[in-house]
Amino acid sequence: MSALVLLFRREFGLAWGRGGGAILALAFFASITALTPLTVGSEPERLAALAIGSSWLALALSNLLSLERMFERDFEDGALDQLALGPVGLVGVCAVKALAQWVAVGLPLAVAAPIAAAALGAPDAILPLALMAAVIGGLGFAFTGMMGAALALGSRRGGMLIAVVVLPLFAPPAIFGAGTLAAAAQGLPWVGGLALIAAWALFSAVISPMVAAFSVRDALG
Amino acid sequence: MLRVHDLTVARGDRVLFSGLCFELEAGTARVVMGANGAGKTSLLRAVAGLLRPLAGQISLTDYEDRQAGLYLMGHQDGLKGGRTAGEELAFWCGWAGADPAGIARAVERLALTPLLGLPVRVLSAGQKKRLALARLVAVPRPLWLLDETLAPLDAGWRQAVADLAETHLAEGGMILAAAHDPMPFEHQVLTLEAGR
Repeated sequence: MSALVLLFRREFGLAWGRGGGAILALAFFASITALTPLTVGSEPERLAALAIGSSWLALALSNLLSLERMFERDFEDGALDQLALGPVGLVGVCAVKALAQWVAVGLPLAVAAPIAAAALGAPDAILPLALMAAVIGGLGFAFTGMMGAALALGSRRGGMLIAVVVLPLFAPPAIFGAGTLAAAAQGLPWVGGLALIAAWALFSAVISPMVAAFSVRDALG
Repeated sequence: MLRVHDLTVARGDRVLFSGLCFELEAGTARVVMGANGAGKTSLLRAVAGLLRPLAGQISLTDYEDRQAGLYLMGHQDGLKGGRTAGEELAFWCGWAGADPAGIARAVERLALTPLLGLPVRVLSAGQKKRLALARLVAVPRPLWLLDETLAPLDAGWRQAVADLAETHLAEGGMILAAAHDPMPFEHQVLTLEAGR
């Protein structure tokens, strides 16, 4: 257990601090949000209609940004060898990396999501739900993204490859997330949509570490 | 005792060596020699379980999972330039299962105290190697796999690491090292030749 805690603290420190993980993702998120009115026009009614969808698109893209760093640096400097030889096994290492990515990058972005939606004119009543959906969706983004990062390990131009592999897999939470919030904004039932996001996040939390561990072992061998 | 039986290792579609058999008794060391590309590093990685061999068995007495009974010191030290030497020391020793007393012993044996507050990126290659070697002292494990470990060290530290290795062998440990020069402790030589 203590090895997992130790690893989490290392991974969180690396994801949060160096290389500007969370700050960079938040700045990117803010930039996309600021560009939205410039591209679609600044009439409040039009923006309000786009607020939810646009903030979910920005959320998915911002969650992509720091994925390349998750394995690539440890792979290049030999740390991944030592992590693979450690006491918890590669599946555990991958799961902890994704959790640290979620806490360090996904949660700050989830806090920013309702702020962005409100700035674009989404109704105040759905903001708590927007936060909750982004928190749960962020967990799925982190695990699915980690899987993509592991699959792209050792290939040249891995960053581009990760985006191409991972973005299609971000479709379910984008559909359910934006759909849930749109339903809530119209006063329709939204619990089902939120449950679907949670189901997707749990599914990827179970599957991704195993797939990622397999591809990391392949890249090391 | 480390037993390697009928080991065949390939990189891509090139067979590096095949049918390699040897045993390493407790308290003995063996230095793997051979030309560049002969497969010294691949042999160590196969013994560590990172590289899947094409054929053959590798076993370590008393360890069902041999990774718990060995250390691999690779070419690279796995240290992050942006973190301090103290943070990296605490993490990697803790990852190997060290307690604070073990870490203190490693700091003392490898004279790491003046380095601990410095970021890893300002350390020299030899200082990084000493930092990476700390876990070998902090938590004893029977098998050390050393890949060119002495190369970046100065004469004084080569001797100090040789002393560490001799203590390890005297306590019944085993060392399998890849090197181009003879190592400064008692050992047998295993020569890898292409296609053997």
